[in-house]
Amino acid sequence: MTAMVLSLEGLSVELPDGADRRYAVSQVSLQVPRGEVVCLLGESGSGKSMIAQTVMGLLASNIRASAGRILLNGEELLSATPERLRQLRGTTMAMIFQEPMTALNPVMTCGAQIDELLVQHTQMTVPERKARILQMLGRVQLPDPARLYSAYPHQLSGGQRQRIMIAMALILKPMLLIADEPTTALDVTTQAEILQLIRELQRESGTAVLFITHDFGVVSEIADRVAVLRLGELVEAGPARQLLTDPQHAYTRMLLRSVPSLTPRKQPVDESSGLVLRTRGLTKVFESSGWFRKGRRVNAADQVNLEVRRGETLGIVGESGSGKSTVARMIAHLITPTSGDIELDGKIVGRLSGKGALAFRRKVQVVFQDPYRSLNPRRSVGAAVAEGPLNFGASRQDAWQRAAELMGLVKLSKTALDRYPHEFSGGQRQRICIARALACEPEVLIADEAVSALDVSVQAQVLELLEDIQQRLQLTMVFITHDLRVAAQICNRIVVMQRGRIVEQGPVAQVFQAPKDEYTRALLAAAPGRGFAFGGKN
Amino acid sequence: MDALVPELEVEASVPTQRRSTWHRVRKNLGVRIGGIVLLLLAIVSILAPWLGTVDPTLLDPTNRDLLPGASGEIMQLTGESLPHTFWMGTDSYGRDIYSRVLYGGRISLVVGITVAALSLAIGLVIGLAAGYVRWLDSVVMRIMDGMMAIPGILLAIALVSLWHASLLTVIVAITIPDIPRVTRLVRSLVLSIREEPYVEAAVSVGTPTFKLLYRHVLPNTLAPLIVQGTYLCALAILVEAGLSFLGVGLPADVPTWGNIMAEGRLQFNQYPHNVFFPGIFLALTVLAVNMLGDGLRDTLDPRFNKRGDRPA
Repeated sequence: MTAMVLSLEGLSVELPDGADRRYAVSQVSLQVPRGEVVCLLGESGSGKSMIAQTVMGLLASNIRASAGRILLNGEELLSATPERLRQLRGTTMAMIFQEPMTALNPVMTCGAQIDELLVQHTQMTVPERKARILQMLGRVQLPDPARLYSAYPHQLSGGQRQRIMIAMALILKPMLLIADEPTTALDVTTQAEILQLIRELQRESGTAVLFITHDFGVVSEIADRVAVLRLGELVEAGPARQLLTDPQHAYTRMLLRSVPSLTPRKQPVDESSGLVLRTRGLTKVFESSGWFRKGRRVNAADQVNLEVRRGETLGIVGESGSGKSTVARMIAHLITPTSGDIELDGKIVGRLSGKGALAFRRKVQVVFQDPYRSLNPRRSVGAAVAEGPLNFGASRQDAWQRAAELMGLVKLSKTALDRYPHEFSGGQRQRICIARALACEPEVLIADEAVSALDVSVQAQVLELLEDIQQRLQLTMVFITHDLRVAAQICNRIVVMQRGRIVEQGPVAQVFQAPKDEYTRALLAAAPGRGFAFGGKN
Repeated sequence: MDALVPELEVEASVPTQRRSTWHRVRKNLGVRIGGIVLLLLAIVSILAPWLGTVDPTLLDPTNRDLLPGASGEIMQLTGESLPHTFWMGTDSYGRDIYSRVLYGGRISLVVGITVAALSLAIGLVIGLAAGYVRWLDSVVMRIMDGMMAIPGILLAIALVSLWHASLLTVIVAITIPDIPRVTRLVRSLVLSIREEPYVEAAVSVGTPTFKLLYRHVLPNTLAPLIVQGTYLCALAILVEAGLSFLGVGLPADVPTWGNIMAEGRLQFNQYPHNVFFPGIFLALTVLAVNMLGDGLRDTLDPRFNKRGDRPA
């Protein structure tokens, strides 16, 4: 029996009056043994981050733990003084966060930030500290530690910043590391490296890790044990392999079933159906120049040639900065290409103005990534959905009639039309956004990371809805995503982009099973949970 | 789908944002106190003729320099004398300070509200244009920089000597330096709002530019603007009093708080009430407007919202 580094006993965290529920965390008991990685898995609002904050003593002042005990190495934390918690943080327990850019102080060098910790908690001399930090930077596999020591956070990449955070968290050899979605903001290839790093360091030093995530792929890569949370309650806990292959609770099973499989599902559409959309040499160069400095040129998209057939779903996949969104926005005419043509129904769409622009906009519609920001908070749902038809000359009555029909299509009730966006959940809002796009009766629907911000169960529903609508309306879709699992499920053909260029394209089965390009192979290899059949699917 | 995900059936039960925002505004202590005080001041100055006042410009040499609370008779222009209690005393011309202060409130409130409304309206239009039309931006903002370089008091002196001292001159003189402030605020708001995905979404459903500004951008700038408006109002009231006090505002015979204080200044050692009463009213008004503004900022402006206030 290994010693428990962290154990929660019946922990409840009470929310202030007026919150959507009384307890953020309710009666949760959980143990993190020495040398193991325990994954806390849950969708948004499940209270997983709240547990981390409670353990670290970082709760907002109006939220408090109302019952239970937190034992860190046998020491009760809930009754500990703020002074004692300060001593423990960094030395005995440490935390890394989702967004390494905001977790690091932008005006201090990375070295100075780690140094601060050593000054606070140790008696080491200046050269000793520096040597220790450089050694630690080496251990998190950062190239050229001496240079990074004096670099500012903005000079590093996201993955490097997260490595700095890890170095900072582990430099005092804490017994417990809490990682709150540490790889969610990173690209898949970087994510794979960081996960591997955490795993290695954890094995070497025997640190106990409480790893918070919403991603089953990540869980299958890193977890020894898993605890599933739902609305603040512990649903199920157990060894990772057992829980992932043979979940006991219906909720866990539902979650696992919602994880899209990496196995491609669809065939390319028939060659005979005509081309709807074609781009030729589509290029976008972003230039920034100043009076006293040299201008910077970024080739966000470089000679992109795409062909989309009627009724097909073309996936554009790539990591951040690959130019996939730039291409989507050029096709939707939200930004003007630097050069190249876009052809819709065989006609070249040039610089748009007036009537021509309106006719084109009607045919190409977009669903955006962030359902919270893509609806105007001050306009009712009905006004948002009816706006397009009204702009295209429909009468007010027709537009609202159409909006009411579309609510049925996206499976919301008609009463939704009179309400405001903040009254809806993320998934419901994304349905509203889909209805808004469909209201214009488009030929091409561009989904720009349309399901990336959603929880996995909601994501499954929205994907299902999109497919259903596509079949009913014979829509052509351009589906932009960074998530290969989603792409595998919904796309007929796939285009892989890297640094503004298309590196590979073809039918989805061919790209996934026999990737030709090295980058595509790296992407596929990095996909978390690859080869793991979630919930017995595949 | 699985019964465990009741997403589709869930119907929102939160009250609409408008109602809940209005509710929060009404519950705010600063809004309540500031609003009530302002309302009282407005009522008192509008109803001044019926609140036991006499003509505020009426000179009565027999009643010079009376102390507050003194009773006596005041001779009307028609020649008849009326019994009158001088609650706030009289000045060195024998004018009733109580009447002058109440009538003076009209000027202050009119100036405050008009300046705030005018500078908001003009600044809003210029700011929207500058924020949304890229090529206009640098031209307009350099002009605004130039306007901000003009000292307000000097501008007022210049305008008064060009035209003549009147309410309109004072309002114009105070409004002009305020316009760049509003323009800058609106421009910065527009620059961030235009990047919001919902604006992009509106563009992609073919919303024409004017509608876009009017329906999507403008409503989202209003909350901070209302807050800014209250501060402008308070500042305008202070500046008007200052201009009058310096003798470059309204003509000396018009009862404004600044004028009353300017005249009382010479005898401040003997008769402090000449300065005291208009000063108290001025301070109270500005305080009330600022309390209202702070309350509105806390409830309307999400940047200052406490954590968790915003529906997510």
